[in-house]
Amino acid sequence: MNLRRARKLALAVPVVATVALAACSSSSSSSATTAASSPAATAAGSSSAAASGGLKTGLKVFVIPKNLGNSYFTTADSANSGGAIAALDALGETGTETSGTSATPASQIPAIQAAIAKGANALIVSATDPTALCPTLESAMKRGITVVTYDSDAPTCRTMFINQASTAQIGTSEVDVLAKEIGDSGQIAIVSAAASATNQNAWIGYMKQELKKYPKMTLVSTVYGNDDPTTATQVTQGLLQQYPNLKGIISPTTVGIAAAAAVLDTAKYRGKIALTGLGTPDEMKKYVADGTVKEFELWNPANLGYLAAYAAVELASGKITGAAGQTFTAGKLGSYTVGADNTVLLGPPYVFSSSNIAQFNF
Amino acid sequence: MSNLTERFRAPQLQSALRWETGLAVVVILIFAIGSAASPDFLTGNNLFNLGLSNGEIAIMTLPMTLIIISGEIDLSVASILGMSSALLGFLWARGWPMPAIFVTVAVVGVAAGAVNGLLVTRLRLPSLAVTIGTLALYRGIATILLGPNTVSDFPTAYTNLGVNAVPFTGNDMTYSTLIFIVLAIVFGVVLHATPFGRSIYAMGASPEAAQFAGIRVKRIKTILFMVSGFICSLAGVLWTFRLNTAVQNNGLGLELSVVAIVLLAGVSIFGGKGSLIGVVLAVLAFAGIQNALLLTNFNQEATGIVTGALLLASVFLPNAGRWFRRLSHS
Amino acid sequence: MRAAILQNSPSQQAGRARQTGLAERVFRIRESGILVVLVVFVAVTTGVQPRFLDAANIQFVLVDTTTFALLALGETMVVISRNVDLSVGSVVGLSAYLSADLFASHPGIPIPVVFLAGLGIGLACGIANGIMVAAGRVPSLVVTLATLYIIRGLDILIVGGNEVDANQLPNAFLDIPKDTIGGIPDIAIAAAVVIAIGAYYLRTYRSGRDLYAIGSNPDAARLAGLPAGRRVFTAFAVSGAIAGLAGVLWAAQYGTINSTAGTGYELQVVSAVVVGGVAIFGGSGTATGAAIGALLLTTISSALYVLGISSFWDQAIWGFLLLLAIALDQTITERLTSALRKRRTRHE
Repeated sequence: MNLRRARKLALAVPVVATVALAACSSSSSSSATTAASSPAATAAGSSSAAASGGLKTGLKVFVIPKNLGNSYFTTADSANSGGAIAALDALGETGTETSGTSATPASQIPAIQAAIAKGANALIVSATDPTALCPTLESAMKRGITVVTYDSDAPTCRTMFINQASTAQIGTSEVDVLAKEIGDSGQIAIVSAAASATNQNAWIGYMKQELKKYPKMTLVSTVYGNDDPTTATQVTQGLLQQYPNLKGIISPTTVGIAAAAAVLDTAKYRGKIALTGLGTPDEMKKYVADGTVKEFELWNPANLGYLAAYAAVELASGKITGAAGQTFTAGKLGSYTVGADNTVLLGPPYVFSSSNIAQFNF
Repeated sequence: MSNLTERFRAPQLQSALRWETGLAVVVILIFAIGSAASPDFLTGNNLFNLGLSNGEIAIMTLPMTLIIISGEIDLSVASILGMSSALLGFLWARGWPMPAIFVTVAVVGVAAGAVNGLLVTRLRLPSLAVTIGTLALYRGIATILLGPNTVSDFPTAYTNLGVNAVPFTGNDMTYSTLIFIVLAIVFGVVLHATPFGRSIYAMGASPEAAQFAGIRVKRIKTILFMVSGFICSLAGVLWTFRLNTAVQNNGLGLELSVVAIVLLAGVSIFGGKGSLIGVVLAVLAFAGIQNALLLTNFNQEATGIVTGALLLASVFLPNAGRWFRRLSHS
Repeated sequence: MRAAILQNSPSQQAGRARQTGLAERVFRIRESGILVVLVVFVAVTTGVQPRFLDAANIQFVLVDTTTFALLALGETMVVISRNVDLSVGSVVGLSAYLSADLFASHPGIPIPVVFLAGLGIGLACGIANGIMVAAGRVPSLVVTLATLYIIRGLDILIVGGNEVDANQLPNAFLDIPKDTIGGIPDIAIAAAVVIAIGAYYLRTYRSGRDLYAIGSNPDAARLAGLPAGRRVFTAFAVSGAIAGLAGVLWAAQYGTINSTAGTGYELQVVSAVVVGGVAIFGGSGTATGAAIGALLLTTISSALYVLGISSFWDQAIWGFLLLLAIALDQTITERLTSALRKRRTRHE
């Protein structure tokens, strides 16, 4: 009995020791950290206020996509594709890409917190959820860290949002592209991402509005592929069975359109059911070549990241505040004006087809 | 009955303690390496964030420990979390007062656990299979409740859970950490110092013997599942307030992490062995690894590899002693 | 040695033959049970939506089932021996990417070579699992949960942000899931053949039947002289090899492969195996049953989408049906076991 209890107590020691160690160091260094992190925003930045057009250099900028291992974000963020980190390098800042691996707030938040702990001056975030990140992002902004969102917004807790294209324009142009292919009439369906995905839901809202212009087209169903190839495949197959007269499908998500294209890429459906949506050129090259997909849209993710990086640095250098009407120059992309809701638009969605797809490698 | 359970306790605790010692060393190592590699590691702020990110998972490991020691498993934990979160959002959006919502969510959580328990004990279905089914069912109910919607207008009084530290504890303790510590003590006492806890070990080690010894195996297992349901719904409420977001995919995929932590603690998957101190250490190890990898510039993708390697260590190292003895004897 | 002699005395042999006949009957009845559920389900769905059973959908369902049925075969062997292999999803993902990458970096490589490479990758993973479980005598749930993390982690490290796209894969490869003979997809026929071979092996060959013995009572099996370690090792190696093969099929079916391929498959495969009548504690069940279980689960999935039941209800209904299938199977088994027991005592 005594030996056993002694053993148990002996074990409790390391646990208590760890916690005590942490508490001790925290009470002495917490003030040090808080002292370090807020001036860090200005300290690191003020290391040289020279450089291009009064922009600060030496800033620590963290690019935090929805998840790592996603080729869309790799293109948007990395240096060799000309994305965000390329811009940061050119401006003399230190750019790092970090995130979790599962595109959920639970996976992204620790990465944001770590970035803050490492003394970030600016965060460029593609939000996995419009509101779940807010407590973390707000605490960042309270410390004077610039928070900019790109690709996917968290509207209430950032200073600026870099939108790839106007939400309305993405929605309406998708419908217009499909209408052109199916002769303005017929049944259509939407294969979306997760049921709660903000961007997709916003675009679908505009799609439904635009459909009113085409009275002979009916949206028979919206299904959710959850950005998982197996689910997206099965929901597409289900559509084909449920609606034998289906004329067209819009899939405003790269995983969805790739899966749908693989399903439709047979003699039976190719050309009979039109497919469009948001896809990356590399994923769509085969399907454009064999006629499964005629036109699809996207934007250049690298340019999106590049623009977001410039916006973040402009903000962090105090040259703009992100309010509507302000302008800034984004390196090789030229000059941009901030629009309503502190949003900057990259440009209109780009339409890819067989005539231009070969030029792109992402 | 007490005689039988006394005999079950002694050897179990002995071998478990050996692994816990090793685990304690691992935890200290992780924290040492982490703080050496990054000055930000042992800061109060970082520990606060650690508590925030891992609080709910940590809380869910507690009932899971008891369930696994009793010889079962509950893979539906993350889905009960998600379902509670969705229910919370659903009712709030319809104007229910918060106290009524808390009661409803708690009751639904207990009911979800009861369903698991009844299917396992009355229909004698294997808990691995049952909880894979309820994993899908409860997540599905969450989806039915909220659909594509997100509820994110909870009053700041509650959402401050995710922002403020507990008052009077300095700036480092999150509410979820505090709740975890309190619950860990409660579960620890129950498991290690009550007849109820001893009977859990007994039924895990040998269900038939326990039954013959007069232990009400079915009732206790059902209670364990109900407790798990309740705790997971509590975790769901904490999660929702911390993120100020109720959405159908809250907590998606967490069940394997919870199981991994409990296994890492040296709790035997066959039942009958393990200790709660081990679970607390394993929570520290798990959280510490993730955090250390993030803070240093070590590849974050390695988190899974490190977790997997530790899991392997948790089953091989305790056996290593036995091996050497066997080798030296042959 | 002594046990072996005792095992083969004439009365023992006769008793075993009688039991074998009864056991066979149990297995066959259980398989037909799941088959009946499948037929009823298909009939009801087709009644509501006739297009469920048209040629195109049969093709879809069979192709979608192929990967799962194959994985279920490997998993069955492991589960029968009272183990579990949770790493199959990660193995599929790793094999899918590496084999697709072979095409991308070596254009013109013969397709069979890539299939062999995928098989090899899976086999390597399976061997690792097998050695750890068999030689280490450690719980397979923990080991394969660990390798689930480790293999996925390796996959993510190797792949990074890259992906292999359809235009980097030969058309002949991408057409493999689409080719049919008489309306039935080639790969489904091939999978059926493989599963039939697997089922025959498990039922007839000594090494196959040993797995059942090991699953029923591992200690007794060892005492009786069965090479339990070797058998369990083989089961994991085969499970891994099959997962590797399934990975190559995954790449052919979806055409776009990155580091997320195969995520989450393990729970689905375990579900299929349980629904198919394989006891999670080992010792009983057939590969055919597991394959039918995989087919049933895919059919349920397809039915939900074809019937156009609101997407938001899909998962809940799926979970409910899964529980129903598990409960039904258990009830059938218990009724059968007690009926057979009564029969046996009557005869003795």
